[in-house]
Amino acid sequence: MTQFLFFVAAIGALAGAIGVVMLRNPFYSVLSLAFHLVSLAALFLLLHAEFVAAGQVVVYAGAVMVLYVFVVAYVGGGEQLPSGGVLRVLGPLFAVALAIELCIAMLGSALRGIKTKGAPIVPGFGQPGHIGTQLLTKYLFPFEAASILLLVAAVGAVVLARRRRGLEQAEEPELRIRLREPDYAGTMAEAAGVRPTAYDELFHPEAEGSAGEVEDSKPEPTHTGGW
Amino acid sequence: MDIAWYLVVSALIFCIGAGGVLTRRNPLTILLCLELMLNGANLALVSFARMWGGESGQIFALIVLVVAACEVTVGLGLIVAIYRRRLPVDVDELSELHG
Repeated sequence: MTQFLFFVAAIGALAGAIGVVMLRNPFYSVLSLAFHLVSLAALFLLLHAEFVAAGQVVVYAGAVMVLYVFVVAYVGGGEQLPSGGVLRVLGPLFAVALAIELCIAMLGSALRGIKTKGAPIVPGFGQPGHIGTQLLTKYLFPFEAASILLLVAAVGAVVLARRRRGLEQAEEPELRIRLREPDYAGTMAEAAGVRPTAYDELFHPEAEGSAGEVEDSKPEPTHTGGW
Repeated sequence: MDIAWYLVVSALIFCIGAGGVLTRRNPLTILLCLELMLNGANLALVSFARMWGGESGQIFALIVLVVAACEVTVGLGLIVAIYRRRLPVDVDELSELHG
């Protein structure tokens, strides 16, 4: 039964990983990674790491994947980028070589426990009680460092992704100058102040042309394709 | 199952992720492939914890989980900033730090 479960979970994890790399649409890649994470959590359960498995599902498959889905929906990652030239050939070759090397390194190591099913399990191994006790006694410093790292990352993400006022203001004068060009063409009427330069007319140049005419044409649809 | 089987699976996941990081050009997919590599390392850590019979490896895996979450947050913030500045979302085009 354990073997059957292991093979199902391992094949699921590997298929999810291959799907992440192979699928062209980033949205499907994210869904494939979620599947991979759930399969990996099953492998963790088989290794008696219940708390890590639960954390994996809650933190990764729950929170991080939702973040990914939001960013993919915002950026609209549907552009199908082809892979780069040389790396497209060399990348998979490197990956296969690395896989062979890692397998040789780990299986060829003289670790005696590698061919066994693992050490005998003490009761409570991998359960939240044991993990929490160790985190707050023996591993207190990594625990605090991780919490500071989380705080720094949260602040950094907000700083990086916030809407910059400076960017919007940098765009605004450019827009105004381009639309005001026909106003200051150098005519005498302009110098005398005859020509109306109300604020909203600056941003609707098509209303300017028909200022003195009879309004018999239909209003044009708003220009949305940029300028 | 022997621990060796889990280690082989972790090595394969790591290498699939490494190949993805090298071949893909969309930064979102590259972040996903980085997650794959971290997960491969996590599986190896948990397997060694099971082999050894102590929980240190599992705690290390939890810390790796935290670091991965931080990395994802900052990486996605960078991608959103790139998109806001209307730069191409493509790692080959983003070469202003090229030196």
